[in-house]
Amino acid sequence: MVEIGHFALVLALALGLVQMTVPLIGARLRDERMMAVAGPVTLAGFVFTALSFAILTMAYARSDFSLQNVWENSHSLKPMLYKITGVWGNHEGSMLLWVFILTFFGALVAIFGRNLPTTLRATVLAVQGSVGVAFFLFILITSNPFTRLSPAPVEGRDLNPILQDIGLAIHPPLLYLGYVGFSVSFAFSVAALIEGRIDAAWARWVRPWTLVAWVFLTGGIAMGSYWAYYELGWGGFWFWDPVENASFMPWLAGTALLHSAIVMEKRSALKIWTLLLAILTFSLSLLGTFLVRSGVLTSVHAFAADPSRGVFILCILMLFIGGSLALFALRASSLTQGGLFQPISREGALVLNNLFLTTATATVFIGTLYPLLVEALSGDKISVGPPFFNLTFIPLMVPLLVLVPFGPLLAWKRGDALAAAQRLMFAFAAALAAVLVTAFLIDGSSAIAALGVGLAIWLMIGALTDLAVKAGLGNVEPSVAWRRFIGLPRSVFGTALAHLGLGLTVLGLVGAICFGTESVLTMKPEQITELSGKRVRFDNVVPVQGPNYNDERAHFSLLGPAGEVRREIWSSRRFYPVRQMNTTEAGIATLGFSQLYISIGETTESGLVVRLWWKPFVTLIWGGGLVMMAGGTLSLLDRRLRVGAPARRSRKGAVKPAVEAA
Amino acid sequence: MIRRLALALLCIGLFAAPAARAVTPDEVLDDPALEQRARGISAGLRCLVCQNQSIDDSDADLARDLRVLVRERIEAGDTDQQVIDFVVSRYGEFVLLKPRLNARTVLLWSAPFVLLLAGGAFVFLASRRKRPAEVAKLTDEERAALDELLKRDQTSQH
Repeated sequence: MVEIGHFALVLALALGLVQMTVPLIGARLRDERMMAVAGPVTLAGFVFTALSFAILTMAYARSDFSLQNVWENSHSLKPMLYKITGVWGNHEGSMLLWVFILTFFGALVAIFGRNLPTTLRATVLAVQGSVGVAFFLFILITSNPFTRLSPAPVEGRDLNPILQDIGLAIHPPLLYLGYVGFSVSFAFSVAALIEGRIDAAWARWVRPWTLVAWVFLTGGIAMGSYWAYYELGWGGFWFWDPVENASFMPWLAGTALLHSAIVMEKRSALKIWTLLLAILTFSLSLLGTFLVRSGVLTSVHAFAADPSRGVFILCILMLFIGGSLALFALRASSLTQGGLFQPISREGALVLNNLFLTTATATVFIGTLYPLLVEALSGDKISVGPPFFNLTFIPLMVPLLVLVPFGPLLAWKRGDALAAAQRLMFAFAAALAAVLVTAFLIDGSSAIAALGVGLAIWLMIGALTDLAVKAGLGNVEPSVAWRRFIGLPRSVFGTALAHLGLGLTVLGLVGAICFGTESVLTMKPEQITELSGKRVRFDNVVPVQGPNYNDERAHFSLLGPAGEVRREIWSSRRFYPVRQMNTTEAGIATLGFSQLYISIGETTESGLVVRLWWKPFVTLIWGGGLVMMAGGTLSLLDRRLRVGAPARRSRKGAVKPAVEAA
Repeated sequence: MIRRLALALLCIGLFAAPAARAVTPDEVLDDPALEQRARGISAGLRCLVCQNQSIDDSDADLARDLRVLVRERIEAGDTDQQVIDFVVSRYGEFVLLKPRLNARTVLLWSAPFVLLLAGGAFVFLASRRKRPAEVAKLTDEERAALDELLKRDQTSQH
C-alpha cells in the first residue's frame, strides 16, 4: 500500500518532467499536438500527487509505524484529527503538502485556462511543471516520507504537543495555499517573458490568481497569529520572528502585486513592474520555504553542519529566482509599456501604495537576513528583534495607511486630490473626534494611542465613504442612491471591505498594545483579584485525564458587580508523557471585542502563579483579517472575472472600448 | 527544552515563539515605577538560549537570571543605559534585540529610508520623463487589415 504512494510520487515526478519540456518545445515550434500534452499531463500529475498524499494520510490514520515518518510524528492514542493533521506537522509531510497544492493549482490552470491562447497556456503549465519537478526531486532525494523502518516499532513517538491543536490543523494548509498560489502569477510572468509579450488575456489572469493566493495567505497568517496567541500562553500575537517574517514578506509583496495588477488590468500601465513583482512575490515564498526548512535561522553554523536539505533548497532558490530575474533582465525591455497617467490619479495612488509596500517588504527582508549576513561575513552574532521592526516598519506603514482612503476616490488617468479630500471631510471629522475622545478618556497620557485610534477610524470611515460616494449619497434621491449602491460592482465592495478590515486590524492592534493591562500574582483558592475593573476569582485546580495528556485545570470565575458569576474560565497546564512536555491552554473570556486572558504557572507554597491580561479590542486584529479575506473573495466574484475574455469580446466588443475610454 | 521546542517548530515550518511563562511574582519589584523600567529594559534584551525571544517573555533559567540581574542594577540606582551597558559588557551585543547603530549596522538602519527615498526619486523622475508621444505609423498592410476589420464590424452592426 505504502509503496503505491511512493511509486505514485515517482510517477508524478516523471510526468512533471514531461510537463516542463514537451509543451515548452511545442510552444516554440508552434506544434499543436505537443502543446496539447500540457493539460492531460498536468491533471495526471495532480492525480498521482493526490494519491501519494492520500496514502501517507492513510498510513497516519492507521498508525502504520513501519513508516519512519509516521513513527516519528504520531502515536496510536492520539485523537484521529491530530493523526491526520500530523501528516503536515513535520518536514517531509509538509513538503508533500506543498507539492500537492502546487499540482492542484496547476490542475486549476489546466482546467480553467482553456480559453487562454494555446502557446501561453502551454508555457505557463511548463513553468509550473518545472517548479514541481524541483520539489519532487527535493522530496524524493532528501526528505522522503515513505522511508520504511524494519523491524516496525510498536508505538510512535507522538507529535509535538504544541502542534496538537485545531489552529495548527488549519494554519499550514492555508499558508501553503497562499505561498504556492503565487506560483500561478509567477508562471504567468515567466511565460510572458519567454513569449516576449504581454497580452490582454495575461493581464486578466494574473489579478484573480493573485487574489486567490492573497486571500489564503491572509487567512493563514491570521490563523497562525491567533494560534500563537492562545497556545503559547502569554498573549502575544506577533513576534517579528524570522519564521513569521518568512510568511509576512510574501504577503506584503503580494498585497503590492494585487494593487499594481489592478492598474495593469484596467489601464494596461505598469506591466513590467507588475511582472517583476509577481516574480519577486513567489521568490519570497520560496525564500520563506528555504528559511524555514534549512535550519539556517538558528545559525549559519547549524546550517553548515547538516547542509543536505538546505543546500538543495538553496539551489532550487537560486535556479528559480536567479533564472527568472535573468530572464526579466534580458526580456523586460522588449515588452511594451502602455497607459499614460498624471501623478495625481488612481494609478498614481497605486504607485505610491507599491512604493511603501515594497519598501516595507525590503525592510522586513533586510531585518530578517542581516544577522545571517553579519554572522557569515564576520562570525559575530547580532540580533535584530522587534524593536528594530517597530521602529522602521511602523513609520513606513503610517503614511500608507493615511493615504489609503484617497486611492479609491481618485479617478483613473487624472484625479482631483482636492475633491477627494472634500469627500473625506466626514471621515476626517470622525477621526479627529475619535482622537479627542480617546485623549480625553486616557487623560492625554499617550498621544500615540489617541492618534492610533484616529487612524483606525479614518481607515474605516474612509472605506465606507468610498461606497457612499460611488452610490451618490447626498447627490441623488436616497432611493436612487440605494439602487446604485446595490448595483455597484462587487470589486468596489471588495475594496471597501478589505480597507475596512485593515482599519479594524489597526484598531485591534492599538487597543491591545496601548490599552492592554496585565497582572502577575500568586493566588490561593477563593482569592479575588481585579484587573481594569474586571473582578476574577480563582476557585480551584482539578486534574483531568485526556486521551494522550494529563491536564491540571484551574477554574476561574469572572464576577459581576453583585458578586455573581458572569463567566466561567478554565485555564490549564497540559503534560504530554510521551514527549515529556508541557503546554499551556490559556483561559480566554471574550467580552464584546475584548478578551480577558488567563494563563497559569507553577503551584508554589504561596499559591498558584496566575497571569492575567485584559486585551481591549484584541479580537479585531484577526476579525479584521477575516473581513479582508471576505473583501478579497467578494472581489473575486466580480462579474468581469467570471466572464471569459473571448466570450465577452464577441458579444459586445464594439461597445466596450468606447466605455473604457470615456 | 526551549531550544528543542523552537527547533521542532522550525522543522514544521510554522511561525511561533516557544511556550513562555516569563516574569514570576517573586521577581517583581515593590516600586511600580522601577518595575516598569525593568520590564521596558527586559523587553529589549534577548534570551540567549532561546529562538528570538526577549528575556521578558522567556521562562528559561538564564532569562530569569538576567531579569533578576536587571532588577538588581536598577535597585542599585543605575540608569537604563547603564543597565544595558552592563549586560552588553557581560554577554556581548548579541543580547540586544535592537542593534546599536555602528559601522556594521549602518546599512541595516539606513536601508528602509534610503530605499524609500530612492524609490520615491525613481517614481518622481519617471513621472516627469517625457513619454514618446509619437506612436509608430501603421504600415500599409496593417492599415488594409484594419480597414477590413472596421468594415466587417460595421456590416455586422447594421
